[in-house]
Amino acid sequence: MTPEEQNFMRKINAEEKIEPKDWMPDAYRKNVIRQMSQHAHSEVIGMQPEGNWITRTPSLRRKVVLLSKVQDEAGHGLYLYSACETLGISRAEMIEALQKGTAKYASIFNYPTLTWGDVGAIGWLVDGAAIVNQVSLQRTSYGPYARGMIRICKEESFHQRQGYEALLVLAQGSPEQKQMAQDSLNRFYWPALMMFGPHDSESAHSAKSMEWKIKRETNDDLRQKFIDQTVPQIEFLGLEHPDSAIKWNEERGHYDHGDIDWEEFYSVINGNGHCNRQRIEHHVAAHEEGSWVRDAITAYNNKKNANKIKNVA
Amino acid sequence: MTTEKLELFEVFIRSKRGLDHKHVGSLHAEDHAQALEYARDCYTRRSEGVSIWVMKSNDICASQEDDAESFYDPSDDKPYRHATYYVLPDPVNNM
Amino acid sequence: MSDIKAATLEYTTRLGDDSVVLGHRISEWVSYGPFLEEDIAYGNVALDYIGRARMFYTYAAELANDGRTEDDFAYMRNDREYRNLLLLEMPRGDFAYSQVRQLLADVYYTLLLPELVQSKDATLSAIAAKSIKETKYHLRRSRDWVLRLGDGTEESHKRTQKAVDQLWGYTHEMFDMDETEQMLADNGIGVDVSKLHDAWRQMVSDILTEATLTVPEDSWAVRGGRTGYHTENLGHMLTEMQFVHRSHPGCKW
Repeated sequence: MTPEEQNFMRKINAEEKIEPKDWMPDAYRKNVIRQMSQHAHSEVIGMQPEGNWITRTPSLRRKVVLLSKVQDEAGHGLYLYSACETLGISRAEMIEALQKGTAKYASIFNYPTLTWGDVGAIGWLVDGAAIVNQVSLQRTSYGPYARGMIRICKEESFHQRQGYEALLVLAQGSPEQKQMAQDSLNRFYWPALMMFGPHDSESAHSAKSMEWKIKRETNDDLRQKFIDQTVPQIEFLGLEHPDSAIKWNEERGHYDHGDIDWEEFYSVINGNGHCNRQRIEHHVAAHEEGSWVRDAITAYNNKKNANKIKNVA
Repeated sequence: MTTEKLELFEVFIRSKRGLDHKHVGSLHAEDHAQALEYARDCYTRRSEGVSIWVMKSNDICASQEDDAESFYDPSDDKPYRHATYYVLPDPVNNM
Repeated sequence: MSDIKAATLEYTTRLGDDSVVLGHRISEWVSYGPFLEEDIAYGNVALDYIGRARMFYTYAAELANDGRTEDDFAYMRNDREYRNLLLLEMPRGDFAYSQVRQLLADVYYTLLLPELVQSKDATLSAIAAKSIKETKYHLRRSRDWVLRLGDGTEESHKRTQKAVDQLWGYTHEMFDMDETEQMLADNGIGVDVSKLHDAWRQMVSDILTEATLTVPEDSWAVRGGRTGYHTENLGHMLTEMQFVHRSHPGCKW
């Protein structure tokens, strides 16, 4: 190990944060950029499935809640892009990678939102799963990422609650509403479990990420935590658990559960879900449509600055 | 594909009167005025601030870790700058 | 119900309709903004308008006192019953179109709200007082955008001028008075909007001129929002907005 590497590992082992200007191994930089930008893209693409319902919310109260939640996601994308930019990559480069398909985002957002119940299910299950992951990431070794996570966790606590509340109202409503809630739970439960990623043994980046403390807990541990916390929540809703194999294991102190359909997971990750193409198309279209606006403000500003210089001279 | 040409700004927020402005993150904007408005929308959605500063990221001059030794070590051997250096008798130690 | 109370209910409903329709149109921009910061910022404006709609409708429900709620006003009335200004129901269009519409509306509210604060009706006055602060910020944004787009590139100028030309004819009815509003104005409850037209024209013209845009001639005017004679756009908007609510009659959400 070079003295630089030694110094870097000393900080990691002593739970000191790595800050932007510090020396870091190239692979660490790449790994953090990969994870953070993927996280940022997920927030931004995640605006779409819920945004799909902003114009159709069944009440005005739900409309302001959903609007502010989707807006938060844009905000969280911004925090994360901003944290990622400290590593010397520009947002434009990251967006290009997203649009070209070289950067990934959480594959959960490639599932369609078909009913109002899905908005509740996303808040409760998808944000719920994300929070389990993000709470753990508040201790990640890269300083700007950790600080971003702390901020995001603080803001996101309302996301999960509003989703659960929306489903609770459905579950206690008319038979059709209850059916809507059950249907949403059935469709989003398994994809939510997949959000934690493949089994640790299958995960390409896990080992190094753990050693460098970019990741603090394994995929399987986090998934188990989520499965455990969700069982009583489903019970309280009075809905049927989508996993018929779910069973308390006294010895482990955890719930045993059925197998995840990994074939589906890889199929969606590799671009073949219901909405993969649609999500990227949407992002590209908005970005392209925005280009004349961005050009206009640049041109306006150039004129203004030119005038200033003229006036000074 | 068009890329974004907006400039990067750092955002600092005073959360309460009497406290320092604290760095909260960054954003993209065309100029200072627009950066200030976006800072309001992006970083104070929950009334986190009473005052905002923005500055171009490029205008920050930061110390390098390589300089750390010459930058910070010299003050390590000046314990007399710290209050704890001076031990006073108990009756007057709560100074 | 007294005449004044009935008129106040009608007036409050109109103001609620204006807010919900414009708020809805702005909310259509979420995830379509030209860049992330703008997406977040414009969302705030949408939130302000929906919030305003809720305040007006809640007050309307209180005045009606017939068991209806804010959502009954928003979701259970047809386009022929909606009383919003036509300008606000026009589709979101491109970014220039939305920002020009926003400017025309923001200047309108900049003039209207300080008058409404003077209302003898304490609730309307309070809603106006809260909204003034929001509108001050909205106007700063829409004004900046129209300046940037009008005096930006050739393309942005063309798009912005086109938006001004296409929207101008819908602005005249904003200053029309009918019997209901006249009665409320006479009684110190409502605002006499006809008196705001000159100031509005002046403010808007100044901004458009600074943005190198041409102020259109007053050669055409479309009217009807306050009598429920809408453009074709509102029906589609309400179909989308109301469909879940109406598919499950009487349900809670």
